[in-house]
Formats: sequence, C-alpha cells, structure tokens
Amino acid sequence: MLMQVDRQSAVWSGMPVAEPVLEVRGLRISFPTRHDTVNAVSDVSFSIRKGEILGVVGESGAGKSMTGLATLGLLEPPGHISAGQIFLGGQRIDNLPDRQMEKIRGRRIGAIFQDPLTSLHPLFTVGAQLVETIRLHLRLTRAQAKRRAVDLLKEVGIPAPEDRVNDYPHQFSGGMRQRVVIALALAAEPELIIADEPTTALDVSVQAQIMALLRRLCDDRGAAVMLVTHDMGVIAETADRVAVLYAGRVIEIGSVEEITRAPKHPYTSGLMGSIPPLQGRVPRLMQIDGAMPRPDAIPAGCPFNPRCAKAGPRCLSDLPPLVEIAGTRAACWLYSGGVN
Amino acid sequence: MASLDVALSVKGLTKKFDISAPFLNRIVERKPKRYLCAVDDISFEVPKGGCVSLVGESGCGKSTVARLVVGLYAPTGGAVEFGDHRDGNALSVQMIFQDPYSSLNPRWRVRDIVAEPIRELNLREGEAAINARVDELLRVVGLSPKDGTKFPHEFSGGQRQRISIARALGGEPTFLVCDEPTSALDVSVQAQILNLMRDLQDKLGLTYLFISHDLSVVRHMSDRIAVMYLGRIVEDAPTEALFDEPLHPYTRLLLDTIPNLEAPKRARDAAAGEVPSPIDPPSGCTFHPRCPLANARCKAERPAILSVGDGRRVACHAVEEGRG
Repeated sequence: MLMQVDRQSAVWSGMPVAEPVLEVRGLRISFPTRHDTVNAVSDVSFSIRKGEILGVVGESGAGKSMTGLATLGLLEPPGHISAGQIFLGGQRIDNLPDRQMEKIRGRRIGAIFQDPLTSLHPLFTVGAQLVETIRLHLRLTRAQAKRRAVDLLKEVGIPAPEDRVNDYPHQFSGGMRQRVVIALALAAEPELIIADEPTTALDVSVQAQIMALLRRLCDDRGAAVMLVTHDMGVIAETADRVAVLYAGRVIEIGSVEEITRAPKHPYTSGLMGSIPPLQGRVPRLMQIDGAMPRPDAIPAGCPFNPRCAKAGPRCLSDLPPLVEIAGTRAACWLYSGGVN
Repeated sequence: MASLDVALSVKGLTKKFDISAPFLNRIVERKPKRYLCAVDDISFEVPKGGCVSLVGESGCGKSTVARLVVGLYAPTGGAVEFGDHRDGNALSVQMIFQDPYSSLNPRWRVRDIVAEPIRELNLREGEAAINARVDELLRVVGLSPKDGTKFPHEFSGGQRQRISIARALGGEPTFLVCDEPTSALDVSVQAQILNLMRDLQDKLGLTYLFISHDLSVVRHMSDRIAVMYLGRIVEDAPTEALFDEPLHPYTRLLLDTIPNLEAPKRARDAAAGEVPSPIDPPSGCTFHPRCPLANARCKAERPAILSVGDGRRVACHAVEEGRG
C-alpha cells in the first residue's frame, strides 16, 4: 500500500521524475528466533536521487543501521530481507548472490562506518589499502592506482598527501582517519554512499569539517548519500531530505526545512523538543515518556501509541498509513481521518 | 577554609600522568621519563545549589577533573576543598558515570546496587529501614520498587542511568559530580534524564559539577560554564554571557561548530585543525596553531587566566590586548 502512495505522490507533484539512484520499497528485515520471527525493520520505503543527501534518523533500535546494512548486502545471518525490494540505478540488488554483490559493494556503493579505527586495517599503510581497493574495482596499474590514491587523499583534505600515503592508520588523528575512510569509500567513484554515523566518534569541531566535506563531495560528484545518524542537528545541517524511523517503520519523510520547521508526527515533534535549544532557555525539556519498544514487543496499531499524548482508540488497533500533508508525508491518524 | 556559600573550591589543581617507557627501556635506550599533563593548574568554584559545567573536546582533561574532585585520582598539585554542610560536616559527594552499561554490576540485583552506599556508610539501621529507603529512592528516580528485584540487563539505557542516579542519591550527597551522564543515551531519553536531574536539584537542593562535551546540554543545565582546552580553563563565564558574547577564540569556534536546528543548512565555519596531542602540546598558548588571532606573543608566552569583569575570566592575549 505504501508503494502506491509513493508513486501517486510523484505523479501528483507533476515534476519530471528522474530515475532515483537508490529506491527501497517496502523493506522488511527479519530475524528468526527459537519460537518466532522478529522484524528489526517492518516496512521502510524511500528513494534517493543523484546529488541528494537523505538523512535517516531515529533512536537506537529504530532499524536505521539495519536498512543501511541491507542495502550493502551485509546483513549478518540469520537476519535476512523477508519482503520488499532494493533498486540501485533501476537494477534490483536485494536478491543478488554474494559474488555479484561483492562487485557492487565498493564499486557502485561506498560505505563509511562509525568508528574510523576499526574500519581500517592497522597493519597496512593507508596507501596500500587505497591501492588494493582501487585495483579491485578499476583496471589500473599499481603506479596509476598509487597516483589516484594520492589524489583521493588530497581531495578529502589531508595535508601533504604524498607523504601521508605511506603512513599507518594509527599515525592519523581521529578526524584524519575518518577522511581516509571517506577516501576509501570514494575510491571507485560510487553512485551511492552509505554513511552510518560518520561523525559520532568525533569531536564537534571535527564533526563540522567532516560533514562539510561530505556535502562538498556530494555536490561535486553528484553521488547520492544515505546519511544514517541519531543526531538531528547533523541532519538539519547536511541533509536535503529526512526520513524519521521509529520501531522499524518510516513515520515521517520530507524536506529538511519542512521537518525542522513544522514536524507533523507527534514523535518527530517530541524528538525535536527534547533537544535543548541553543537560542533562549526553557525551564523544562519536552519529554517523550518511556522508550522505543523492542522489536519483539511492538504494540498493535501505531507503534508509537504507548508514548503518544494524542493517541486515541484508533491508534491502538490500526496501523496508520503514510499520507501526504503539506510537503511532507507522515504516518499518523491525526492526519488521516482522526484518532477516534 | 572555603566560605559557606561555596560548595567546592578548586585551587591550582594539577594532574600529571607518568607515561614513561618501561624501566628497562629507559635504561637500555636512554629514554627520559615522560609525563602527560592532563590537568594543568586550574582553579574554579562551585556555589552551593548551583550547577557549574566543564566543557571541552576529548582529551581536554574534563573527566580527569571529575575524578580528581571525587578523589578517584590523587592530585599532583593544588587542592580540592569542599564547603561545610549545615551541620558542620564536609559535603558528601557522589558521582554519576557516563556509561550506564559498565557502571552497574551485572551480577547484582538493582536493590543491592542501590543499597550498597547506604550499607557502606551506615546511613540506615536494620534491613527493613534499608529496604524502605531503597524503595523510596527508586520512586524518586521514576522507577517502581518492584524493579529492585531485577538485574541491570533487564533495563534500557535510560532506566539504567536512573538506577545509577538512585545509587548516587543513596549516599545522601549534597554534591553530585556528573561525568557525561547522558552522552550514551538517545535524545528523547536524554531529555527525561536532564529533566529528572533538574527536578532533583530543586527538590533536594543538590549542587552539580556537570561534565559534558555537548554545549546545548550544558547550556540547558548550568549557571556557569568553564571551557577547557588541553588541560587548562580558557574561559569561565556565566552561561548566558558565554553564549551571548563568547570571548576566547576557542569558545567562538565551539559555538560556531554546533549544529543549529533553528537554522538548517547554515554554512558552518568548518574550522581547520584538530586538538593536538596532550603528550606534546604546542608552545605558548596551546590554542595558537588553530587560532585566527594568534601572533608571535601567543606562540611564545602562555596566557594567564585573567578576570575581565562581570564574573568572567579569559586566558587569551588577544582579548587582553583588545585585538579580538
């Protein structure tokens, strides 16, 4: 049903619809347990166009990292995609065998993970790691690959790249290391970059530099970026559109301006209200009581209903559809027929 | 002795860590002894019933100050003095740790965890009184007395942080040192914990020393903020004054780099450089390699922290000379 809404809205807006780089439709990720099956992601649909940054935001356990891993084909068994499709440039990739997925990963999809120290091999120089990645995906000689490695390090803003290319990861600081990881992700000029909490392990002043770099690379190269983070501030500053995830579902999706200015879903507005404001002081923060339900105990109806101040009888029984409201789409009965 | 209104007074506090090579290497390779100066001659005061925050990036020494204040480390130099309690006893101090996953013993039931400081300090006589006190503490932090029989793994991160707050309150402290109490939590849960800490402050008249790297959290919680950089306090001012008019170039950099929800897609000043290693800090003012206002004097001479009026202190040559 969600898919239909998706297509309809594209037709309604009357805009020339370019083929999105990434399209995820009705994704469900399941983990079989001894008695039962648990869905870490229940129903997630979105698309990312060329040169666009989509922020995927949510609290821990919302399924945002799972969505990124599923796109990369890196779900740890027994986790698997049990419904839905993932399209990369029009080609379906969620059902490809591992051998073919290996060629897509790194070549067409680049990945940046949270901790730059564990994403790099400590016993090889960053140059060796870059050359390996470049030669795996592109037909270049060793010398050409090395030149390209230096160019990449320069592009991500590492000073004296000719010398630093021979250094080991421990010789770089945290921010510089994350730049190396970004260079690795860019090595084969991928169409899509998946950045999973790329700045969480970094200090704020370095975080600003890395986000500016990601934005610039996205603009220059026209890559599509899926930015997975829990930090609404990072999203507000870097992303073009935002998808808010809650308990494995997209509950609101729309442009950054619209969602930060006037969030529609009670969870999104609660999330925005619980961030201490920078302008002016508030005596008390807006508070969402309780915590996100665990994947094996998601309540019936709207998954947010136990924490929602506006919940009515309908929210307890029926799952709200994602509907268009003034520029964004939200899944809440308040906007589709009332809570009663 | 500190005055009656001052809960904590820190004077010239210094902590050096020995990071020398092992003894044999020093002898064979003739390596000298090396020290890391984590906290370098800092002074500040926390008024009773107030909340003073220490902010800074990783490696600036803020957590070391927290540990020095509660006595987990012995200072290399300087003094930590606590003000008097109403009955003349020194203030009692407790600490809330950053990671609620590693600060609770996984093999103990919550009831025993919360009761430990009560038993240890002999604050209640008899098992019944201790149990009643534990129930009361669990209720104060928003848990149910029934939760006492569970183990820590049965709780979410936010609830675990509530348990560690209950445990800290068990020692009947008047002074709480909070080392990044919400940085391991999700934002909606962070709001719950910050609201709880505010309520407890009003109800129990607690004094907080709050350590955080998150400026928006710090602004929400504190009356006064001290900004630290590489082991020293570079600016110390009342919260509103600091946010309205930051004086030190490092404070300005920090304020520029925090994402602002009210102005999405603002072009952030992506300041160059990172915090240098505290093992081998730059000469003079340690901020000079990243500072837009630095000149020859900044490279050579270390600025002292000077009072600039309105209860503010700044350690910067540029501010002192009016170059800023």
